[in-house]
Amino acid sequence: MNRILEKKQLSETVFQMQIDAPLIARERRAGQFIILQLCEDYGERIPLTIADADADAGTITIIFQAVGDTTKKLAQLNAGDDIAALVGPLGTPTHIENFGRVVCVGGGIGVAPLHPIVQALKAAGNHVTIIMGARNKELMILEEEMRAMADELIVCTDDGSYGRKCLVTEPLKELCEQDPRPNLVVAVGPPIMMKFCVETTRPYEVPTQVSLNTIMVDGTGMCGGCRVTVGGETKFVCVDGPEFDGHLVDFDNMINRLGSYKKQEEAHKCRCMPDNP
Amino acid sequence: MTYIPAEKLAADAENVLNDLNARTEPLTPKDRMAIPMQEMPSQDPMVRRSNMEEVAIGYTPAQARIEAERCLQCKTAPCVKGCPVSINIPGFIKAIAEGDNKKAVDVIKESSLLPAVCGRVCPQEAQCQAPCTVGKALKSVDQAVSIGRLERFVADWEREQGLVEKPTVKPATGKKVGIIGTGPAGLTVAADVRREGHDVVLFEAFHKPGGVMVYGIPEFRLPKAIVQKEIDTLLAMGCELRTNFVIGRTRKITDLLEQDGFDALFIGTGAGLPRFMNIEGENLVGVYSANEYLTRSNLMRAYDKERAQTPIFESEKVAVLGGGNVAMDAARTAVRLGAKEVHLIYRRTEAEMPARVEEIAHAKEEGVIFHFLENPKRILSDEKGWVSGVECLRYELGEPDDSGRRRPIAIEGSEFEIDLDTVIVAIGNDSNPLIRQTTPGLDTNKWGNIVADENGKTSLSRVFAGGDIVLGAATVILAMGEGRKAAKAMNEMLAKD
Repeated sequence: MNRILEKKQLSETVFQMQIDAPLIARERRAGQFIILQLCEDYGERIPLTIADADADAGTITIIFQAVGDTTKKLAQLNAGDDIAALVGPLGTPTHIENFGRVVCVGGGIGVAPLHPIVQALKAAGNHVTIIMGARNKELMILEEEMRAMADELIVCTDDGSYGRKCLVTEPLKELCEQDPRPNLVVAVGPPIMMKFCVETTRPYEVPTQVSLNTIMVDGTGMCGGCRVTVGGETKFVCVDGPEFDGHLVDFDNMINRLGSYKKQEEAHKCRCMPDNP
Repeated sequence: MTYIPAEKLAADAENVLNDLNARTEPLTPKDRMAIPMQEMPSQDPMVRRSNMEEVAIGYTPAQARIEAERCLQCKTAPCVKGCPVSINIPGFIKAIAEGDNKKAVDVIKESSLLPAVCGRVCPQEAQCQAPCTVGKALKSVDQAVSIGRLERFVADWEREQGLVEKPTVKPATGKKVGIIGTGPAGLTVAADVRREGHDVVLFEAFHKPGGVMVYGIPEFRLPKAIVQKEIDTLLAMGCELRTNFVIGRTRKITDLLEQDGFDALFIGTGAGLPRFMNIEGENLVGVYSANEYLTRSNLMRAYDKERAQTPIFESEKVAVLGGGNVAMDAARTAVRLGAKEVHLIYRRTEAEMPARVEEIAHAKEEGVIFHFLENPKRILSDEKGWVSGVECLRYELGEPDDSGRRRPIAIEGSEFEIDLDTVIVAIGNDSNPLIRQTTPGLDTNKWGNIVADENGKTSLSRVFAGGDIVLGAATVILAMGEGRKAAKAMNEMLAKD
């Protein structure tokens, strides 16, 4: 059992939880994730990135959007409640070194997994420019935390309700055109955003790392449900990733695979999940 | 094999038993060989196609007595040599024939810790029953004494009578043993090591213990309650279980030895990295590894559509690729999940299939369509990137290959298509790399399996290994056999400390 110690609502559908998980807090590195389950008999296992951790306090922080069955139920839990099953840290940690100038792009909830990566990049001495994007101001999360770490912060919203009115690819393109070019781009967000970030940086040949969040069951390499095509080869996001060279990822196939259970999810929603609990 | 209703088998058995009981002369070997082999009663194929309950119902007491009387009690006991853990087979069968089921199960438990499991899932026709004298004399392994069914009968009898005893645990030694993985190998080691008075901690990556017996083998072949009973016994003996704990991630092997005070470790993490065929279309929506398909249905209970939150495809037309037990499990699960057509595609012939004969027969009875000497060349996609079918090639058998089986050779130009919406790849597993990658100094071979000697000792001091992580994908009984050997070596090592 892992107890929820603190819960914060970051936007209408986005929640942050601090959870007691001393072993995970001690071992986790940037880029890694956990899998949680709310009922060991019938609950599904869902992967969530570790947004932050405190090894001394023995806590990890997760940030999630209440969109599916499990995340909606999770959002109804409060400090003092226990999470039935929590396993991790899973995945290969982010490769961190002093690359020089790094641009980190976070879209929507993708800012959460980006957070520990920026922490680690800064600790390694990189110059980090952060581009944060969201559909609107209300959906912008972790701005203060990112501002505190960034050498430069660019905020943009689709509707112009905050920061620049544009997609994240616009400032990304500008940065790629500057001299010197960024040494590395890290893009984390919705698959379609990552796909367009990769297309933006490709002509400039700027190495671009993406962090994939696919469907998983076990998270340890056993099921292969998370597999993606990278450079023509099959890779497992749970053990080979979650981070890959974005220029090699077949995003269309990945986006298709993410939609595998749309039909079942819709049916399930109709039957037992009120949309606004 | 054709399906015979359970009631008929039971009634026939009563008649045979009455005849046997009416005899005054002792049975000669010739008499014994004339006793009809007792078929396993099973659920009606048309009924079981839509439920998850166990297919094989188990012998009636009369059937067990009759089948036990078929055993010739050969002095040479060739069956024992066929058993990976050398169960005293004539001994336990004699006890059944004498009506002493308790004695029978005690004889089995001298050698095997999981008789209710092994009686169900062992490939007996390739092991103990293959060299059986009765089968040889009657010129068919199908006519051998049904050792596995008898093993299952007494194990179930003991459990149903509430006679399963908690093994005695010796006084505490203060030594601590970690067991990584709770499949058949790990559970066996846990029992043997705990009995000697050592503390035992079992680590399981999933949220439930049991390994392949829980995530892989379906309920209709091995009910979860039977596996749980074995685990309950271990817990009652004082073993500690830590689920949701991934060794290599949550904690590393070296941490357990150097910081957490473990005196010995056993790695039994199984073969859990699904192989794919590396053909076009393998990452389309609708292509599963058998591991994923079975884990969704078994461990995550996706078959229980009302209650389970884990989704699984509602398939109409499914193809399962492969010819082993896992392929049969996947095909028969697809039938039960409501698929209208389930095809099993295997590139050799039925004779070369590695699956148990009983599983193949059950799959056929349930309507699985078998394709022999065929193999997919590529998986076909619709315009949205979902599976629409497979393009297959026909094969013929050539000269024997390294495995001793005749090599399948594709016939050029023989392409044809099958319309499908789901493809399940069941062509085997490689070993999971997590522990290998996070444990410096642990030797592995070119397939990634951990190298262990005949006592399960690895290249690392105090670290033992066994089961599929050493053998490559094998069977429950072999994993258990390896576990027993390793446990013995671990107990000897700890006694000397």
